[in-house]
Amino acid sequence: MATFLLRRLGHSLLLLVLVSIIGFALLNLAPGGPLSQFALSPGMTQADLDRIAEQMGLNRPLPVQYLDWAGGLFFGDWGASFRDGRSVLSVISGHLFATLLLMAASTIISVGLGTLVGVLGATRRYSLFDQLATVGAMVALSIPTFWFGLVAIYVFALELGWLPAGNMYTIGDQSLGDYAIHLILPSVVLALVNVAIWSRYMRSAMLDVIGQDFVRTARAKGLRSQRVLWRHIIRNALIPMITLAGLQLPTLLSGALVTETVFTWPGMGRLFLDSLNYNDYPVVMGILMFTAILVLLGNLAADILVAAVDPRVRLE
Amino acid sequence: MTAIPDTRPKMRGARFLQSRGMRRFFRHKLAVLGLAMITLIAVACIVGPWLLPHDMLDIDIRGRFSPPLTDTYLFGTDEMGRDLAARLFMAGRVSLMVGVAAMVLSTVVGTVIGLLAGHFGGALSTALMRFTDAFLCFPQIFLLLALAAFLEPDAMMITIIIALTSWMEIARIVAAEIRSLRERDFVTAARVSGASHAWIMFRELLPNAAGPIIVAATLTVARAILIEAYVSFLGYGIQPPLPSWGNMLNNAQQYLDSAPWLAIVPGVAITLAVTSFNFIGDGLRDALDARSDMP
Amino acid sequence: MTERLRVQDLSVHFRSERREVQVVHDLSFTLEAGRTLALVGESGSGKSVTSLALMGLLPPPPQSRTTGSALLEGRDGADLLGIPESRRRRLRGDRIAMIFQEPLTSLNPVHSVGAQLVEAIRSHRSVSRRAAWDRAEELLDEVGIPEPAARLASFPHELSGGMRQRVMIAIALALEPDVLIADEPTTALDVTVQAQILDLLRRVQERTGMAMLFITHDFGVVADIAHRTVVMYAGRMVEAGPTEDILRRPLMPYTSGLMASVPLLETAGTGRSELATIDGFVPDPAAPPAGCAFHPRCAHNRPGRCDVPPIAVEAPAPDRSIRCARWRELAEEVR
Repeated sequence: MATFLLRRLGHSLLLLVLVSIIGFALLNLAPGGPLSQFALSPGMTQADLDRIAEQMGLNRPLPVQYLDWAGGLFFGDWGASFRDGRSVLSVISGHLFATLLLMAASTIISVGLGTLVGVLGATRRYSLFDQLATVGAMVALSIPTFWFGLVAIYVFALELGWLPAGNMYTIGDQSLGDYAIHLILPSVVLALVNVAIWSRYMRSAMLDVIGQDFVRTARAKGLRSQRVLWRHIIRNALIPMITLAGLQLPTLLSGALVTETVFTWPGMGRLFLDSLNYNDYPVVMGILMFTAILVLLGNLAADILVAAVDPRVRLE
Repeated sequence: MTAIPDTRPKMRGARFLQSRGMRRFFRHKLAVLGLAMITLIAVACIVGPWLLPHDMLDIDIRGRFSPPLTDTYLFGTDEMGRDLAARLFMAGRVSLMVGVAAMVLSTVVGTVIGLLAGHFGGALSTALMRFTDAFLCFPQIFLLLALAAFLEPDAMMITIIIALTSWMEIARIVAAEIRSLRERDFVTAARVSGASHAWIMFRELLPNAAGPIIVAATLTVARAILIEAYVSFLGYGIQPPLPSWGNMLNNAQQYLDSAPWLAIVPGVAITLAVTSFNFIGDGLRDALDARSDMP
Repeated sequence: MTERLRVQDLSVHFRSERREVQVVHDLSFTLEAGRTLALVGESGSGKSVTSLALMGLLPPPPQSRTTGSALLEGRDGADLLGIPESRRRRLRGDRIAMIFQEPLTSLNPVHSVGAQLVEAIRSHRSVSRRAAWDRAEELLDEVGIPEPAARLASFPHELSGGMRQRVMIAIALALEPDVLIADEPTTALDVTVQAQILDLLRRVQERTGMAMLFITHDFGVVADIAHRTVVMYAGRMVEAGPTEDILRRPLMPYTSGLMASVPLLETAGTGRSELATIDGFVPDPAAPPAGCAFHPRCAHNRPGRCDVPPIAVEAPAPDRSIRCARWRELAEEVR
């Protein structure tokens, strides 16, 4: 277990370095590079810019600049927002809760519903339900999330008036129920694609397990079919799904951005778009690096969780 | 009674398509449906603008916000009184072109990286695959929007950016496929007989990995169309006056209550086109790449 | 001898793509307490399907259809093929148990050995968790696993193939079944381990008096463990009788062929030391040859005799059966 952890940790650290190199390369792609903030201000002359570049150390060799930037990243100095001068990390953390709330609610829906559909599809393979679920998943994967959001707003907010069209809470209310009502539409919309993905993989994982010898053993022992299903089939089929959940994290984050835009949800995705509109590159870069690191940590956590529930991995 | 292990190469891509794989594909009802739908959509986008009475830029001030099937407006008009059908078909040309072009680019990039990593192994393979993993850490939309914002792109640039953020999965698929192929007898035979690396990679390995690549490429078109729609909807993709299915939805949100067809029509077009490619990809997977049962 | 299981006219049909194919034809045999019956044949002869049918582990209708009867004697006596699944489930693993060919994959990798044993016990008996774990430890000790208390916490992949098969046997024996079906339990194991497992099964049988149905393709194993032998080919019994008699004087050319493919003490020194194989393959059950199913592969095939249906089952001796058109002539030839 210890060697396993060390190896995974080493892998993640290597990825972290590569991620930061890609990030640094991107930073230098920005118009005017890190200087753009000043280049955009009126009355700025080339001489002024050169002087600022000198001060900021931008005329040093690139590797030195990279180490400086990556060091800042590592020690929590992510720069300051162009918009209001607040530190990038504090700006991000102010929007983190909303995104995590949305992602958590949506994940509960997609894992619950996706598992159910996948299990039913696999146990009733080629039945009408299974075929409808297969086609349904492919169609669901083809619907643009933002458009599905618009349709949901049109139907449930504008036409039926059952649910709010956006925002995380009603100003002046902010009760738990108010949050919940605002959460329904965006989390369902974000869940659509993930239900489809999760149910397909779950079905496939179930079918892999159903054919295994140990399932026959479990039945030969005279266990009730429900117990065989839960303890021997579903339990084993869920292990690869943990890894999948980690791998799907970038997709979930991308989906959250789109959903937040449509529902004016005050999360990281909205912050990212707003920052793009204001050319607030430090925040843009900060969120980009933040999400990549989140994905990295998510995958690491998934690997550790798999090792915790699958004794075979621990010994590898 | 000893069975002789079958190490013959799979049939080369082209011949496979004419044979059993092709029949399997056409038995796949959804794939045929997908092929029919996308053909219809493509023909409509190519021929449609010539047949319609309105140009996509014609402005009809009195006919603003006409619902579908008003006068000669098949899908109605938008906030400036422009024919939605004409715009939809022109936008379709752009969206489909971007989708297909991005697929070609990302498939080429992903295939080359996967080939190199799979064929050479060792440090080069590790470096390339870790690099691929690192790229996969960035959520695609975030990376794409940052690039699009930094580079202020035209349609060509958007295509390149989409390709730059979607080659990773193909690289992984190709690398895995090549790794399993390179130990097979026919590759060893080529290596022993002194074939060059390039020959082995492009003449021996690549044709035999064609199945999974074709499947992944088809699904990449579907994803690229969706991605283009996202970024254009958010205002960072295809810029007006050039229409795309994504940027047609750009303004639709504010007229959702009064003119819902502005949102519905392009959205249905995107969904149909993407569904078609997903159906075709599923059929191709059944026909060419029987191993995986993944979405 | 006390009868434990009487199988009569067992037939199994599989359905694939709207066609029904019969894979087991009217098979009958009896298992007796403290005795072992070997079901012998190549893979594809229908022996594993027979065992799964008796256990009720074949896919449910319409994918498969089982007819005939299998009367389980004893306190929970019942016709295994005639009772509803809910009742059969309760007998399975309790009165009739089974061990499989692949010890490496037959245990669930994510549950400990102890949990899988306890699960078997507690699904049939309402005993406390504590008592079940104690019983599990006892069982591991019984099947010759060292340090049974520590092994309860082990996961399957931490054990060798032989140890895993011992665990499988412990699970099967947990509730002291009347009938144990062993489907090629030693095929996947080393020769030395194979001998140990056979020895273990024999000792357990002596102690508990269970009846055993032993499925194998290996006449070496048959000679070692079985009292009676039924040879199967293409889903049919082709020869049956006391193992000793069959080994001494096989009547069916197929039986001789199977025996020639393993080194046997009984045939050693008779000049037939070279191992032979039977040419050709088991016929496709969807298109069986007419007459004797073995005739296309048989060296003694006579057109007009062997390929004409039906081939009757005859009794060359009081407790022997044979399904061969030419067994009399062939017996003469040998003499």
